Amino acid sequence: MAGRAGQKKYINLYIAIAILLLFPLFLPRFYIYLISIILLYGLLATSLNIVLGYGGIFQFHHAVFYGVGAYGIALVLTKTGFPPWIGFIIGPLISAALSLIMGLICIRLSKLYFGMLQISLGSLVWAIVYRWYSFTGGDDGIHGIPIPELLQSPNGAYYFTLIITVISMWLMYKIIKSPFGSVLQGIRDNPVRSEMIGVNVKKHQLLGLVIAGFFAGVAGMVFVVVDNTVFPDMMFWTFSLEVLIMCLLGGWFSFLGPMLGAAVVVALRTFVSTFTVYWALVLGIIMILVIFFLPNGILGYVEEIIKRRSQTGSTIKG
Amino acid sequence: MDFIYSIISPQVLSQILVGLSRTVILFIVSSGMSLILGVLRIPNVAHGSLYMIGAYMAFSVSHFFGGSDIGFWLALIGAPLGVALVSLVAERGLFQYLYEREHLMLLLLTFAVSLVFGDLVKIVWGAAYKSVPVPQVFQGFVLLFGNLPFPRYNTFLLVIGPLVAIVLWLIVNKTKIGKISRAAAVDREMVGAVGINVSWVFGIVFVIGCLLAGLGGALVSPTVSVTLGMDHTLIIETFLIVTIGGLGNIWGALLGALIFGLTQSLGILIWPQFGIIFPYAAVVVVLLFRPTGLLKSTW
Repeated sequence: MAGRAGQKKYINLYIAIAILLLFPLFLPRFYIYLISIILLYGLLATSLNIVLGYGGIFQFHHAVFYGVGAYGIALVLTKTGFPPWIGFIIGPLISAALSLIMGLICIRLSKLYFGMLQISLGSLVWAIVYRWYSFTGGDDGIHGIPIPELLQSPNGAYYFTLIITVISMWLMYKIIKSPFGSVLQGIRDNPVRSEMIGVNVKKHQLLGLVIAGFFAGVAGMVFVVVDNTVFPDMMFWTFSLEVLIMCLLGGWFSFLGPMLGAAVVVALRTFVSTFTVYWALVLGIIMILVIFFLPNGILGYVEEIIKRRSQTGSTIKG
Repeated sequence: MDFIYSIISPQVLSQILVGLSRTVILFIVSSGMSLILGVLRIPNVAHGSLYMIGAYMAFSVSHFFGGSDIGFWLALIGAPLGVALVSLVAERGLFQYLYEREHLMLLLLTFAVSLVFGDLVKIVWGAAYKSVPVPQVFQGFVLLFGNLPFPRYNTFLLVIGPLVAIVLWLIVNKTKIGKISRAAAVDREMVGAVGINVSWVFGIVFVIGCLLAGLGGALVSPTVSVTLGMDHTLIIETFLIVTIGGLGNIWGALLGALIFGLTQSLGILIWPQFGIIFPYAAVVVVLLFRPTGLLKSTW
């Protein structure tokens, strides 16, 4: 029975992917762009959630890795003569490397202090990018990045986003479900006990940080393909907070929660701002309500209800 | 005076003074945050918004009196009180129900509140730049050490800073509420157990902390253009200052503000293009050697 239930779950997933594949056939260009943004923000938020929800690490400045990945590919494409695919690889790798360096520095600290040191290191990176006009374009950023022809059309960019997102999500899902993922969650729940039974806590957390940084870089790379531009605000602290919001809104104990949160935030920004300029007000109020009434996020709440239903269902049968 | 200049060039000296007046603003705002962090343990992102609201309120009061001197002085009193009122509503209406939540939740809650505040400011004051006139008394320059021109208003800030520090010291060490709040910072359950209404202590401390944010905003308003988004950079700076000072330690906030203000102003002198990276680099260096801050944290 369990096997069949599992298959059924996958069928839903296949249907979802098939619908996403068919979208460009009937949706206008604007919506295709919007869904690309949702997918890549969702990818970014999910990568954060590896260390935040599953690792219990206060990754307060995740946007830095996203921004650095984007700048990595942008700089390779504009400043060097390397073939473009090298940029697509280098971007995420730079993010992973930065994540390793920052992780090595921050990992000695825990919780709030970890987050604070990360904010200061991240702000340092932001300040350099913001001011280094000759190399990063300073506060203007870099526009009109020459991406490969195949990806220039909106549909090309969309399918690229979809494929990369699905592959990355699948990989991250596998990582979470792997023994490594379980150990990471064990460390989140009880670091002292994990240490006692012989787990190298710091090493596991560091690996988690590098993985999260890598996939944030992948999201940054996808953004360059979708938007053809990079700018320093991509790695400003408030954007990091926005990504944290996505995790919280969707639910950081559910794998797909951050993706849902990203969809909510992007949709809100797009549709509420057609009615009013005060979309941040609406988002803020929604967040306050979520924190008060749904501390596990929207998806966490839905899962809870389903669980409760199935439990009461089985007791009735039993 | 030639003696001073033989040690230190006038340019460096004036940059140091500029840095010190920046330190005053940073100290006033971060001491408020540190107070809240130490007693309530809330990493309050909305603190920056309250600073911004303070600056806008100062604009309104000053504007109401046609930019006259009396308007400035009333703004200096009225804006912090207005901010205190706003924070009282936020604390009693929202935060008091969530003290037991973990820090990440509180961080995001206060961020949500700061989004709301940001848009409320846009609704009330609009998106245009505002400027607050420097009062007549403080216009122009004074000549320090004989011939070093220095803005009068900044001199005023240099006087205000120590005053605020002294008042704060008196409140924390000599008043009953200060003593209770220090006790609550160490062991809030015990304070409750001896029959003190901890919830109200927290409320009062929160309001005092926010009042300081409003005061910082009011003081800074004549020197900058008051604009939306002035909270964003300040909140990062404030967070870093209280971290390098030691979370919850007011004197740590003073030390952190000094480090931040001076590296900022001298950094611009050393390497104009990358001046803004110096404070962040200083913070990283401090945290590498003293991971939990320079002074003892109350946590």
